Amino acid sequence: MKYDIVVIGGGPAGLAAAVEANKNGIKNILVLERDRELGGILQQCIHNGFGLHIFKEELTGPEYAERFMDELKELNIEYKLNTMVIDISEDKVITAVSPTDGIISIQAKAVILAMGCRERTRGAISIPGSRPAGILSAGTAQRYLNMEGYMVGKKVVIVGSGDIGLIMARRMTLEGAEVKAVVELMPFSGGLNRNIVQCLDDFDIPLMLGHTITEIRNGNRVTGVSVSKVDENLKVVEGTTFDIECDTILFSVGLIPENELSLKAGVELSEVTNGAVVNESMETSVPGIFACGNVLHVHDLVDYVTEESRKAGRFAVKYVKGEINGDKENVIDTKPLNGISYIVPQKLRTAYLDDNVSLYMRVRNVYEKATFVIKADGEIIKEIKKTHLAPGEMERLSIKTDLIKNRNISELTVEVVEEVK
Amino acid sequence: METKKLTCIVCPLGCHVEITKNDGTFNVTGNKCPRGEKYAIEEMTNPTRVVPTTVVIKNASLSRLPVKTSKPVPKKDIFKVMELINQVEVEAPIKTGDIVIENILGLNVNIVATRSMKSVI
Repeated sequence: MKYDIVVIGGGPAGLAAAVEANKNGIKNILVLERDRELGGILQQCIHNGFGLHIFKEELTGPEYAERFMDELKELNIEYKLNTMVIDISEDKVITAVSPTDGIISIQAKAVILAMGCRERTRGAISIPGSRPAGILSAGTAQRYLNMEGYMVGKKVVIVGSGDIGLIMARRMTLEGAEVKAVVELMPFSGGLNRNIVQCLDDFDIPLMLGHTITEIRNGNRVTGVSVSKVDENLKVVEGTTFDIECDTILFSVGLIPENELSLKAGVELSEVTNGAVVNESMETSVPGIFACGNVLHVHDLVDYVTEESRKAGRFAVKYVKGEINGDKENVIDTKPLNGISYIVPQKLRTAYLDDNVSLYMRVRNVYEKATFVIKADGEIIKEIKKTHLAPGEMERLSIKTDLIKNRNISELTVEVVEEVK
Repeated sequence: METKKLTCIVCPLGCHVEITKNDGTFNVTGNKCPRGEKYAIEEMTNPTRVVPTTVVIKNASLSRLPVKTSKPVPKKDIFKVMELINQVEVEAPIKTGDIVIENILGLNVNIVATRSMKSVI
């Protein structure tokens, strides 16, 4: 089989990339999805809050997904379900398996990686103990409850205050469970502010910041947890331990981009994002292999996933049409400085920039009243004031390309300067 | 005079707004758009929320259909709304936007499907 563009993953990133590629003139596209339907994780995110940037209205996850699925089908873009990609070679030969086709081999001219991410588990944060019933990742519980119709417990403690954990606190409460607490190690929540308000505050669910669970008690099922305070070095403070009775523990302790396939294809990964290092076109270190969505870096808004994925789709088309001629032109490295953990994209080839450059980043701490200072080779080119910054909320900074084009700049830095109180 | 600090939840930006009530008029600061002002005033007078949940569906590839209130409902009615939604069972095929319950609790709000599901028989 031969295709111009093969998209790995039929979630929000893959759908947006495929649709955009089609609209830009390449029709020979194939989307490979391992689940039995398209839409990815959005199908289990039944809450509202999606689409405010892209559609200017508030949709639920399934509604957002369906708009792109409908468009994909209207454009007659080919897709295969129940198809799991097991290998991608550097020369873009994709090996996939499915119950109907067996093992298939596909030669692509360009590949778009859109595999998403998976949840960190209890094991990832090394909580010791045996393996009773009643311990799940928040996303697994979400799928059970919202799609399969299984209630996972009655008295719940949620560990970690990521968005999925917050959303599940409300969801379990609405379905009649008692959510005893959300326990967060850090002094701030990793989730969106609005979710703390509408998922916890609305139902008087306590958010215990600066706390961790130190013991899980159980027979065949969880019977309770011990919770302790931690100090500024995140070490347990002795004498602060108390018990909470519960039958279920949900872990919402972060997401990891799923990049096993990217590594097989020889794609360079960032140690900070755990996703590919990309340029302004969302192209990885392997020419013609692009990455977008949560496989690139973990997002909190699907709208930004769509935006980024459309770009990947558009540039994959340019690549296939031979409109991109390598890295000979001026390449600018983006570099996070004080207060910023990462910036995507990591490289900007000035020849391929649109009128505006979007830089996606996360800050390391919570800041009230701070300024993003953007410098080109040490010279300030833009300052953006913000009244509230938090690591749980991705920032997107937009700068005019004119400020960095044709100036032979080699490094673009961004830092946070906090206003003196 | 009554002042409240709120986090606007109209969109994921989550603006930190401050609202002051003075002789029946409201002064809102910190919002980045007009929706923030509307939200803050409603939050002081009659807080409302969209309720997303699921209903049982038969003859579909999954056993739950996601639904939501077509408009926000008063916060105090959320659990009453849930109780009624939990009594409902629908049958595939269903299209996004199909009304599952009409005019729930007389609130002039419908419960609508938020995805399409094909019949598997």
